[in-house]
Order: sequence, then structure tokens, then C-alpha cells
Amino acid sequence: MKQETTTKTSYHIPVGPIHPALKEPVYFEFEISGERIVDVNVKLGHVHRGVEWASRKRNPIQVLYLAERICGICSFCHPAAFTLAVETAADIQVPERAEYLRVIQGELERITSHILWAGVAAHEIGFDTVLYFTWQIREKALDLTEYLTGNRVTKGIMTIGGIRRDITPDMLPRIKKDLNFFKDNFEKLRHIFLDDKTIKMRSQGAGILTKKDALKLCAVGPTTRASGVKKDVRVDTSYFAYGDLDIDYITPDVLTGEVNGDVYDRIIQRLLEVKQSIGLIEQCIDQMPAGDIVSEPKIPKLMNQLKKVNGEGVGRHEAPRGEVIHYVKFDGHSENPYTWKVRAPTYNNILPWIPMLKGEQIADIPIVAASTDPCMSCTNRVAIVNDNKRYELTKEQLHSLSVEKTRRVLK
Amino acid sequence: MRFSMLPSVFAQMFKKPWTNKFPAKYAPSNTTQFLADVGEGKAEIIPPIETPIGFRGKIKYDKEKCIGCQLCIKYCPCEAIEFKPKTKKIKIYLARCCFCSQCNDVCPTNCLTMGEEFLLADTDPYSKDLIVE
Ligand code: SF4
Ligand code: SF4
Repeated sequence: MKQETTTKTSYHIPVGPIHPALKEPVYFEFEISGERIVDVNVKLGHVHRGVEWASRKRNPIQVLYLAERICGICSFCHPAAFTLAVETAADIQVPERAEYLRVIQGELERITSHILWAGVAAHEIGFDTVLYFTWQIREKALDLTEYLTGNRVTKGIMTIGGIRRDITPDMLPRIKKDLNFFKDNFEKLRHIFLDDKTIKMRSQGAGILTKKDALKLCAVGPTTRASGVKKDVRVDTSYFAYGDLDIDYITPDVLTGEVNGDVYDRIIQRLLEVKQSIGLIEQCIDQMPAGDIVSEPKIPKLMNQLKKVNGEGVGRHEAPRGEVIHYVKFDGHSENPYTWKVRAPTYNNILPWIPMLKGEQIADIPIVAASTDPCMSCTNRVAIVNDNKRYELTKEQLHSLSVEKTRRVLK
Repeated sequence: MRFSMLPSVFAQMFKKPWTNKFPAKYAPSNTTQFLADVGEGKAEIIPPIETPIGFRGKIKYDKEKCIGCQLCIKYCPCEAIEFKPKTKKIKIYLARCCFCSQCNDVCPTNCLTMGEEFLLADTDPYSKDLIVE
């Protein structure tokens, strides 16, 4: 990255807004002085996919699959929150067994997502062996997903009033075997992340989000919990079967005794959550009652019921990245939703980037940004406008800057 | 600390690769040629990993049982199914299908099932392999 001497002490780096990998297109403008980030500005709302509008032409069963495609990694969370909203609006009672099965799917998704994140975070600081290691674990998690749902990524498992596939007793040995695999490898992963000197050097004290800022900016999920805010929809509203399960807020001080709100804490936070998820799945398997898995198996009948609904519902679910909220309204004439509104967790976790990134170095952008677990894409293309001369910093260059910094701190 | 990776490296040398080397040990330089060779029996294909029970692959359609109720069309999220009014049967365009198996769930006569076949890549969305009728 060459820079010409100018009289101006700071310059701007715009990041984004569009990249195919972006889940939520976003635009950042960094004000940089030397290597330090002086200020960050965020602009949201660049690409509107019209997903919510498209729902008005589809019946709720079709919307489930539309919701699934809001995000590939959260392909259970969005239909889950949507179903919760529809069930509230239509006052549908869900059989108890289905509630437990839903928890299993949700927690399996959390494991998959957090493991993926751990790999990406390691990659961002140039620790690629860990990336391959986490991918190995994730592959097992995906295989298990495929075994339970029939699909690897877009699970298509949620349905209104229950869940589409049961877990039969002959499936349990395989699930238990995989859970043990996760546990063994989780220990290895924990050792790598928490005891490694390099990771500590790069993440401790980097990208700090104070508890005050986390509350003020309404951060959600692991990002806010890593700053010591006790906020978790699973505990707060005890939907699905979470009310019957042994679950409590997790904050990094469980392990370290203190909360710093830095990248290191967010790593600890996610690893602890993986462990919690494994425990929750085990609890579900042990406690699951027998019974139906769906309240109304005949879909046309269900649709007739929804056609008469005149009302609205809100569904909240704790996705791997935080709270996802769906709002649905029916007008009583058609079974298609009258309106549907989605609030995905990354939306809340974007603004906390500002306090996190201020005062950090350019080389820290990838890991700090990745630490909130967005669909890491904004850094894919950076254009630097310096003295009206424009040059671009690609994702690769930014990545190599980050890797270089790791080498520097190691010396 | 510096050499803590050595045991892993040694162990790795004697382990089998984690991935299945599908379709051949080394990626063929010309896939079409490779497939032709396989057809003639000159080359051998390493089979893909077996699909689990309940896998959602290419849809199988039992035409005889279908009563033409069109429920599958109404609930297919991808609008992948077309109704043939003359014969009162359906036609599924797999190029549009997202393999959600919703049509299987909704069909009153259970004439649709998900198969195991998943190697469906094609350059022509209307090719014969991608249409079930
Ligand atoms: S599997 Fe899903 S997308 Fe494919 S035809 Fe059936 S309902 Fe439509
Ligand atoms: S739902 Fe089943 S019976 Fe009805 S049209 Fe479709 S395939 Fe035929």
C-alpha cells in the first residue's frame, strides 16, 4: 500500500458497499491517520432484495423457504422466528416433542455457525491450519444436519405448528457419536484459541466494546454478551422447550473471571456457547417426551385456519449471531401475509463496529470486524481515495496486512 | 512451544485423507474426456460418498397414482411444478427445484418421493435429466 506525502494528516478509506458474499450490504468510511483509525462512518441499506414484499404473494408455507434464504448460515433461525410469529398470530399450539426437536435443530445450527466463525477468525489473523481444523469439525456438523434433515445447509425442517422430521430411537447412536466427536475436538479447539500466544497477542485488548456502548447501541447475541450484558432470548422469553432445559446466560467471566469486551472475550464467548449447545442437545435427547411432531399434518386445513386469522404476531429467536425478530400480520382475507418484517441480528451488531474500530490499526479491521461474526464480506474490496488518486485495497491485500501484523507481533 | 506441532505433523503423515477423492484421485484435465473414458471402461470413477437415509435428491414421480389435485403446485415455494391440463398430470422442472420436499409432504396420494440421485449439474436447464414427468 503506497501513500504519497500530503499536507493532510488523515485520509479516507471507503469499504463496500457491494459484494456478492454480503448478506447485508453495508458501506463503511474509515478516516485513517497513518495506521490508526480515527473515525468510522457506517451506511446501511444499499441493496434491498424485496424478500419481505415477495412474501405477500406467497402462502406461509412457501414463505418458510423464502425466509430460509435470507441467510444460508441462519437457515433455521429465520423460518423459526417466522413460524413463532405466525403461531402467535394464529394461536397455534405446538406439540411438546416438536418444541424439543426445534431446540436440537437450533443448537446444531449454533454449533455449525460458531465453528465456522472460529475458522474464519483464525484465517483473518493468518492461522490457516486452524481454519482447516475447524472445517473438519464443521463437516461433521453438516453431515449430522444432513442426516437429521435431508439437506446440508438449507434445512427445510421448520413448519408451522411443528417440525417436519422426527428423530427416531435408531438415530440416537449416530447423534451421540457425533456429539462426542464435537466434545473431543472442542477441547482441542479451546486449547488452540485460549492458550495460543499468537491469538492472545492479536485479540487481547483489540476492538473493545464497553458494556455501556453495547447497551447504548443495542448489540445482540455473543457480541453483547462478551461485553458483559446478560441478554439472551432463550433465557429471557423461554420459547420452544428452553424453559424446561437447564440454560443460563453465558458471559466470558465464567471462564476468566473478568469481562473486557475485546476480541479475545468474543472468542471465549463463542467457544463457551458451543459447549453450552452440545449440552443442550444432550439434555433434549434425554428429556424429549413422545408424541406428535406437528399440530396439523394436513397443510390445506392449516391454510384454511390461517385464512381466517386477522391479527399480528412477533417471533423472537436467538440466532447464532443474536436476536432475530420477525413480525407478521394477516388481514383475514387471504392466507398470504399482509406484511412481514425481518430484523436480522447483524443489523444491530454493525453499529458497535464504530466504538470497536476507533483507535485500532488498519491491519486489525479484519479480525475486529470478524469478531462480531457478520457475513465477513465488507472487507472484500477497499478503495483508497488519496489526493484524488484512487487505488484499491483488495480483500487479499487487507488480509496480508493482517497476516503481516501477526508475524510482527510474533517477533 | 515452537515445535509443539511436530506430533500432529507426524500423525498426519500416516492418516488417510479426510476427503473422498471423487471422481478421480487427481482432477482430470478434461472432464468430458474423462467421462467418455469411464463410459468405455478405460478409466475408473471413485464413487461419491453414500447418501444418508432420508436424503433429499432428485424427485421420483409415480405418475399412475397422481390424481391431478394440484396441491403440490400450490405449495411449491419455487414454482417448479407445471400442470399438464390435458393429461391431468404434473411436470417438475428440477432446475428450479430447491429440494425442500414440501411437495412430498403435501401430496395426498404419496406419489412423490425424494430419490438419492444428486449429480444433477447440467448446462441446459431444460435437459431431459432435469425434467420429471
Ligand atoms: S421439492 Fe420443493 S421446490 Fe422441489 S418441486 Fe417439491 S416443493 Fe417444489
Ligand atoms: S399433489 Fe400429488 S396427486 Fe396432487 S397433483 Fe401433485 S403429485 Fe399429483
